[in-house]
Amino acid sequence: MSALMIRDLHKSYGGLEILAGINLEARTGEFVALVGPSGCGKSTLLAMIAGLETVTSGEIWIGDRLVNSVQPKDRDIAMVFQSYALYPTMTVRQNITFGMESRGVPKAEQAEAVKRVAALLQIEQLLNRKPGQLSGGQRQRVAMGRALVRDPKLFLFDEPLSNLDAKLRVDMRTEIKKLHHRVGKTTVYVTHDQVEAMTLASRIAVMNQGSVQQFDTPKRIYDRPTNMFVAGFMGSPAMNFIPARLTGSTSISVRAADGSDATLALAAPLPTGAPKDVVLGVRPEHIYRFTADLKSRKPAVQPLQAPVELVEPTGAETLAVLRLGDLEITGRFEPDDAPVMGETITLGIDMSRACLFDPATRALL
Amino acid sequence: MAEIAANARNDPEAAAATRRYFWNRFLVYAVLTLFAVIYLAPLLVVVFNSLREQSDIARNGLISLPRSFRLDAWAQAWGTYCVSGTCEGMKRNFFNSLWMTIPATLISTLLGAMNGYVLSKWRFKGSEILFNLMLLGVFMPGQISLMPWAFLLGKLGLTNSTYGLVLIHVVQGVSFTTLFCRNFYVSIPDDLIKAARIDGAGFWRIFRKIILPLSPPILIVTVIWQFTGIWNEYLFGVVFTSGQQQPITAALVALTAGGTTARAYDVMSAAVLIGALPPLLIYLFGGKYFVRGLTQGAIK
Repeated sequence: MSALMIRDLHKSYGGLEILAGINLEARTGEFVALVGPSGCGKSTLLAMIAGLETVTSGEIWIGDRLVNSVQPKDRDIAMVFQSYALYPTMTVRQNITFGMESRGVPKAEQAEAVKRVAALLQIEQLLNRKPGQLSGGQRQRVAMGRALVRDPKLFLFDEPLSNLDAKLRVDMRTEIKKLHHRVGKTTVYVTHDQVEAMTLASRIAVMNQGSVQQFDTPKRIYDRPTNMFVAGFMGSPAMNFIPARLTGSTSISVRAADGSDATLALAAPLPTGAPKDVVLGVRPEHIYRFTADLKSRKPAVQPLQAPVELVEPTGAETLAVLRLGDLEITGRFEPDDAPVMGETITLGIDMSRACLFDPATRALL
Repeated sequence: MAEIAANARNDPEAAAATRRYFWNRFLVYAVLTLFAVIYLAPLLVVVFNSLREQSDIARNGLISLPRSFRLDAWAQAWGTYCVSGTCEGMKRNFFNSLWMTIPATLISTLLGAMNGYVLSKWRFKGSEILFNLMLLGVFMPGQISLMPWAFLLGKLGLTNSTYGLVLIHVVQGVSFTTLFCRNFYVSIPDDLIKAARIDGAGFWRIFRKIILPLSPPILIVTVIWQFTGIWNEYLFGVVFTSGQQQPITAALVALTAGGTTARAYDVMSAAVLIGALPPLLIYLFGGKYFVRGLTQGAIK
């Protein structure tokens, strides 16, 4: 059964269209991430699910209930805000019980619930403090505690980690994942950070300009992005886009650094009707140093000459900026096997992992 | 410090800098003192005269150091001095002012807080226009509304009563209190309201439990502003009340316009001071909160 179902949802302010026909669903217990650049409409979508924004047209179902015109408090949801939105004049305990008090839950039951949540999030020692006396990470926990205490049908997270510093963000990400595993509640999680979406979600909806570009598992989104926007947005460093020409049904040619054309054999034939000009999409980690050994392990690998313009060691891996025609592409190498600056390297491009796009429609071929 | 001073003694350049600093400071304080004296001198004259004997004032003039000291003038001004036939001093008018100012201040502040809450957190179509129309009241001089008020108070049967003045000051003050509160509440993050709505709190519960507890800084500002403004207001008091119903500002004029007898400058001075005391006390004790409330946001 679906815990959340969204059908052809539209939102516009005056003449400005923010959401243009969204279709989404989250199965019970699922973790769905909405990811996209700022202004793509993901936060508006979440606010509409929460009931904080009105629906222009379309349907939102939570469980088996159409909630289009149901008040936020009656939607059986809980939300964690980017700013945490803790009530500044109340203690942590009062923050957590505020919702229950509004609903008239008996005091004893409230105390029991606070105890349970405080233990779960390890914030027992903070209960009598005010939000102003807490660190960023602690506030984050309290905000989650306020959501968890409700035991709702649906959890909504609006960029909950973007106010934390880099290290804490990774820690809290792990905690959210553990928490979801333990609590098993259906969750909709908005983020602009594709790593967060990849690591947390069971399915990701990649959004751009008010519509869902692709809604699929992280693996499918990463491996087979439906268009160049998704391909470029997911993954860091981003996928390399190389203009190429079809030279046969199973081969393409790209412009090499010296201006000559290099022919690459495709791993699978293109569908008929494919355009003559295509865009080859290769992720940095699918670019290797070409060796006979590599060729025997990965038969789809194709050689390509490229001068090395710049090398960036990060410790775990080394990124190399490579010249190809008049564009630069990025390759990701093992530090021990990394190219050096100035060297001209023979690359091995794993064509079985490459994607081809139509430059006109930007869609996957 | 000692080290710096020692260095200054040995180093002519440092010594010159020290001298320059000293003269700069001296100049600043001299100018400040001069203006403080100019502003405070009238107050001082009034305080002195309220403590001098009438004969001393008559002999040595209004502006002169006191050569006598007595508190009789205060007692007279408060309770026994005769104004146009009644010999009750300013006491009754003082309480009139108090019974006018306190309710008018509280009601207008509360209304301002609620207006500000709606206009900042529950915006609706046309709420900005409404707010701008209310702002008009801030810039409108009281004289403009004299006639309408005369008409309205007549209809309501509230002429020559403190209730009438309370009504006037509440309505006239709401523009200001709304402006103050609305601008303060704008700085409260909207997420707080959204979180509370999801938590199941309604309009009033959010106001009571979230907005009001954050409001003391701005409420202090509006209370001070309204209290001093209403207390010192003269025009409405003198137009719509007379005799025993007058607030103290209006009564002071009746006192000084006492006509035939020799002018009792000592009593007048004491009466003026009695009339000025409440706002002065508010300023002395609340002044720093006033500045703080206007400059700080809702969330530290």
